[in-house]
Amino acid sequence: MIACSTVAVFTTVGIVVSLLLEAIRFFKSVPVSDFLFGLVWSPQTAIRPDQIGSSGSFGAVPLLAGTFLISAIAMSIATPVGLFSAIFLAEYATPRIRAIVKPALEILAGIPTVVYGFFAALVVAPLLRNTGEAVGFDISSESALAAGLVMGVMIIPFVSSLSDDVITAVPQNLREGSYGLGATKSETIRNIILPAALPGIVGSLLLGTSRAIGETMIVVMAAGLSARLTANPFESVTTITVQIVTLLTGDQEFDSPKTLSAFALGLLLFLVTLILNVIALQVVKKYRVKYD
Amino acid sequence: MTDQNINKNIQAGLKRRYRSEYRFRGYGLLAIGLALSFLIAIFVSIASMGWSAFQQTAIELEIYFDPAVIDPTGSHDPQDISGADYRGLVKASLRRQFPAVRNRREKKQLYRLVSSGSGFNLREKVQKDLGLIGQTRKIWVLASDDVDMHNKGRDVGARLSTYQIDIINKMSEAGIIKKRFNTRFFTSGDSREPELAGILAAFMGSLFSLTVCIALSFPLGILTAIYLEEFAPKNRWTDLIEVNINNLAAVPSIVFGLLGLFFLLNILEMPRSAPLVGGLVLALMTLPTIIIAGRAALKSVPGSIREAALGIGASPIQAVFHHSLPLAMPGMLTGSIIGMAQALGETAPLLMIGMVAFIVDVPQTVLDPATALPVQIFLWADSPERGFEEKTAAAILVLLGFLFCMNLLAVVLRKKFERRW
Repeated sequence: MIACSTVAVFTTVGIVVSLLLEAIRFFKSVPVSDFLFGLVWSPQTAIRPDQIGSSGSFGAVPLLAGTFLISAIAMSIATPVGLFSAIFLAEYATPRIRAIVKPALEILAGIPTVVYGFFAALVVAPLLRNTGEAVGFDISSESALAAGLVMGVMIIPFVSSLSDDVITAVPQNLREGSYGLGATKSETIRNIILPAALPGIVGSLLLGTSRAIGETMIVVMAAGLSARLTANPFESVTTITVQIVTLLTGDQEFDSPKTLSAFALGLLLFLVTLILNVIALQVVKKYRVKYD
Repeated sequence: MTDQNINKNIQAGLKRRYRSEYRFRGYGLLAIGLALSFLIAIFVSIASMGWSAFQQTAIELEIYFDPAVIDPTGSHDPQDISGADYRGLVKASLRRQFPAVRNRREKKQLYRLVSSGSGFNLREKVQKDLGLIGQTRKIWVLASDDVDMHNKGRDVGARLSTYQIDIINKMSEAGIIKKRFNTRFFTSGDSREPELAGILAAFMGSLFSLTVCIALSFPLGILTAIYLEEFAPKNRWTDLIEVNINNLAAVPSIVFGLLGLFFLLNILEMPRSAPLVGGLVLALMTLPTIIIAGRAALKSVPGSIREAALGIGASPIQAVFHHSLPLAMPGMLTGSIIGMAQALGETAPLLMIGMVAFIVDVPQTVLDPATALPVQIFLWADSPERGFEEKTAAAILVLLGFLFCMNLLAVVLRKKFERRW
């Protein structure tokens, strides 16, 4: 049994070791600073040394920017919708409505991401492009907006169910104290409950963001491949996960910097999400101690 | 300030406060409405795209099983029979049925109305019943994907010529073109031709991966949960394991794919694209879910059960395995089913270990190259042919159907065995 329980630890160790080993091999040919601060991403390396552009450039900044742009769009959908849903479910909804709506929201979390990706690429993206044409905007058919919107829908249930938990965990006597002073329900929520539940809510938002950053299928199917440094949501951008998938699917020789760079990107992704998760878990934990 | 004035002020303020109360409540309703309408939009759009794929257009032709083509030597030699030009039989039948064809171009267009796979169907029929040779039979052959799309009322643009559409209209007047239930979709593997493609190979791949996954992650997860909950001393080592498991649950799935690529494929040199590797990776991925659910289930078993068992002389191991574990089992099963549902829908790690191959043959063992249902969806969604769009949506419907059943099973289990202590 002890051996079994260490499998989880070995998995983590395995992840870290495999990512690190390959990333170190990658950094032997490309300096770390070029990778972290380079502004150009074009991993095409030539097969023969005399070809043009044989070096390839591995600057991860455009990928990071694309990842954060799409995650930001996703969170700007998921935060208000998820939070208000949680508030309504926890404070206003009757038990019967709650019993219907809560599982319905959880269905959203159960839909495989490849389905969201299909929806984004074949329904949302054409819709956006057509509306854009009608209004006079030029929206790329692989716009960051389409991927971000659908990803936001995917994250709504994460935010709403975690926030719902922390809001219901706020002690009842705080609510009653506020009502006793004559506050309305919405005033109580805004001035008493939300501040009390804030750490937990922040934690849930951080967890949602880490989901968005690590999400793969939606962006692979709906976002583009062009590593562009832009903040315009109507253009197509690419993300870390998209690049990992494109670098590692199909035939490739295993020792080229091109394939090794995928592991360096994986390491980056792992670290970013790990930091977000650790912060989120810490914040939530601290908050729990306060009221128990 | 008089009392009246204060009252007035309060009254004026109250109105404003009530208005903001209504507004706030409205935002909440709006948010829930939005979330639910997204859900409905996804289901409605996918269902409306996919339902038509369960039917397929077929054309009834009078096929003459020409002995000169199928069995020139008359010896029923299986090699002759399997290598014969069955497509030629279909073409000959089309020429007989529509003799008005004028030139080569029209002839080509006529041939293109039936699927390029229509010959295989005939071969199967002949191989099953050699008596067919030399006879004329009315047989439903598969229409091409463009005809299929046209017949389902989709816009195919310039892919069908006016001549072809004219022929299709004649066929429907004669009643020899109609939609039939698409059994092929459930019984065949992938194909480059949308009308021939099916999900069986992908489904079997998913089944094999999930079997490997559950065979590994269920015992591992349950034993870990028991150890951590019942036996583990509270020290830094178990703390580490606990933090580790929580973090592992939130690691992006694609990272597990990288782990599989590096350790299982490059170092252990397991075969690429095999469901065995896919199952291993999925097992590592679902492990945290199962452990967390298992611990919650064990925690909900009251301590008095354990103490009673210990009190009448059971060893700690007996107390857990004979008393706590059976009571916690429904909860553990529920958690495992939910973990399996997650694994069934997972795509990204499978892409990393090469389960994105073009698989026509249905895999027979866990070592055969295979793909999985969600990966098949991903592959089809990328295909340019119009015909694949409805196949993709239909495959999604099948996948969602399975997920729905698994979740339903989990809910039923929970309801049936739920106990309040």
